[in-house]
Amino acid sequence: MNYVDFLLWVRGPAFQIATAIFIFGLSWRLLEILSLSRKPELAVVRERGIAGGFRTIFRRFLPVDDNTFQRSAFIITAGYIFHLGFFIILLLFVPHILFFREFFGFSWPGLPTPVIGIITIMTLLALIALLINRMRHPVLRFLSGFEDYFVWIVTFLPVLTGYMAFHHFFHYPLMLALHILSVELLMIVFPFTKLMHTFTWFISRWYTGSRAAQKGVQV
Amino acid sequence: MSTASFERGYNAFKEKIDAPIASYFSSCVHCGMCAQACMFFTETGDPKYTPIYKLEPMRKVWEQEYTLLGKLKALLGISQKLTDAELAEWQELIYGSCTLCGRCSMVCPVGNDLAYMIHKAREGIAAAGHAPKGLIDATKRAVIIGSAMGVKLATLQAQIKHTEHNTGIRIPLDEPGVDYLVILSALEVVNFPEYLEALAKIMKQADKTWTLSSIAFEATNPGLQIGVSDIAKELVSRVINVAEELGVSTVISPECGHAYTAIRWEGPNLIGRSFSFKVQHILEVLDELREQGKLKTEGFEKARLTFHDPCQLIRRGGVIEQPRHLLKMVATHFVEMEDPGKMNWCCGGGGGLVTQEESEELRTKAFNRKKTQLDALEVDTLVTACSNCRIVLEEGFEAYEMEMPVVGLTEMVAEHLVESEV
Repeated sequence: MNYVDFLLWVRGPAFQIATAIFIFGLSWRLLEILSLSRKPELAVVRERGIAGGFRTIFRRFLPVDDNTFQRSAFIITAGYIFHLGFFIILLLFVPHILFFREFFGFSWPGLPTPVIGIITIMTLLALIALLINRMRHPVLRFLSGFEDYFVWIVTFLPVLTGYMAFHHFFHYPLMLALHILSVELLMIVFPFTKLMHTFTWFISRWYTGSRAAQKGVQV
Repeated sequence: MSTASFERGYNAFKEKIDAPIASYFSSCVHCGMCAQACMFFTETGDPKYTPIYKLEPMRKVWEQEYTLLGKLKALLGISQKLTDAELAEWQELIYGSCTLCGRCSMVCPVGNDLAYMIHKAREGIAAAGHAPKGLIDATKRAVIIGSAMGVKLATLQAQIKHTEHNTGIRIPLDEPGVDYLVILSALEVVNFPEYLEALAKIMKQADKTWTLSSIAFEATNPGLQIGVSDIAKELVSRVINVAEELGVSTVISPECGHAYTAIRWEGPNLIGRSFSFKVQHILEVLDELREQGKLKTEGFEKARLTFHDPCQLIRRGGVIEQPRHLLKMVATHFVEMEDPGKMNWCCGGGGGLVTQEESEELRTKAFNRKKTQLDALEVDTLVTACSNCRIVLEEGFEAYEMEMPVVGLTEMVAEHLVESEV
């Protein structure tokens, strides 16, 4: 198999398999969570809690107060850079938009390539800083297991290989194939790891926010 | 308590995992921010006190029972099985170093309510027979004697006599059809009789009818703290039954944090229906009377004072503004601590921790957080609205050789009642 065959396989059957696992796994996991449901609240509530849940979805984007920010300043800052960077690259890099257009049939304007380049470097640096922090911080080192490091790798690789492919490191078709392959790895791993938080954080925030709002506390 | 076993524990975990808990476990990214919100971590630096780590046993059950990968692992025989030894080891983390204060739930970026999870996880550890002895004993006393501290009706009756003698006000007992049924924390019967005196004066001034009950005078609920729903239900039912028999319109929860949670928020869910009466914390009642102009005070406290927010009342209970309104009514030099209100740091003895001798050393260490908060303020008096906080604060002051009176807010308000009206 030469590079071009490899690229074709990665773009074809491999991508279909990864997409199937991703979508099936994701739906299954969400179903697993929601089917557990929760008991209705029987206490007389101060407010119904539905709106309170949505308020918390948004409020929790920022730390609850200054002291909380200061106690976790590094992880909040680096975490934000990486998350924003990742989504900007994913959604606003023109070749990605062209790919999505093929898939969904519509498109949107992207960012100039040099800007994406800078954001990519920042994202990679933030990810590296977060990894070093995870290995050095007493709490994070203590909490972290195989999954935490494995998930870091599968998140880091698409960003790195994408950057290398765009700048034509090594052989372009090979690099592009590796980039797509790394994305497929991410998609396959996704439903079975903490990457699921991408689709569950708002469920968590909503549940917590609605219960607290029922009691009259803004969280 | 019925025979404990690992199986029962495992099943209790299984049964308690609901959609919120499943989404919480799915959402955790191990960022470690919850550790920074927990006084047991901040004051010791020991990472094992990280709140999410305290939930490891429950997480294992969740993974194995409710996730695709966990089921697959179990099928292949490669899952990390939960063991009884692990549950025994976790007693220290689930009970001995968590006050269910819920501060961690405020900072989690994905919004996990960790205190809710830890409370549910206690059900599993308790059913497996690994609840701490001090809390088991308190629970037994509550079931058998009627009070976690072993306070009997005779003790209450003696206090009623004293109070009547001191105030000249009759203290009603088992009176039907009144406005309020007043329940007490055993600590208020034994250590802080000022509370009942204050209440009698306030009720008289406000012209409200009220009663104590000879059957259901105890408000605290160790069944809730230990995590045995059946017992929590039995204890709270005693109050509910009496309140409904007497036909009162409101039950007043005393200056006790978890007693409020027990009846106000958990009570209806424990018995599976809503009540025919209202439940209010004493501070809610006082603030309501203030608004209606039925609480008239004169003069102000001269001391520089601050308010310690009881977690279950404020952060977990939603009674946040009321104490502030009342304090401003009777104090001119009221200052807020750093991290006030819903972000306040626990006294370190909530969630039944105060009953556990083995946690005393750790509790004292964690109290350094409160000391730091107070040192920065240079206040003369500390006001609170929970007799459990009050005891723990007094113990903490002793350990750190700090001299500061701790006062209940209700009694402080009562001290300022307009004389002619009483």
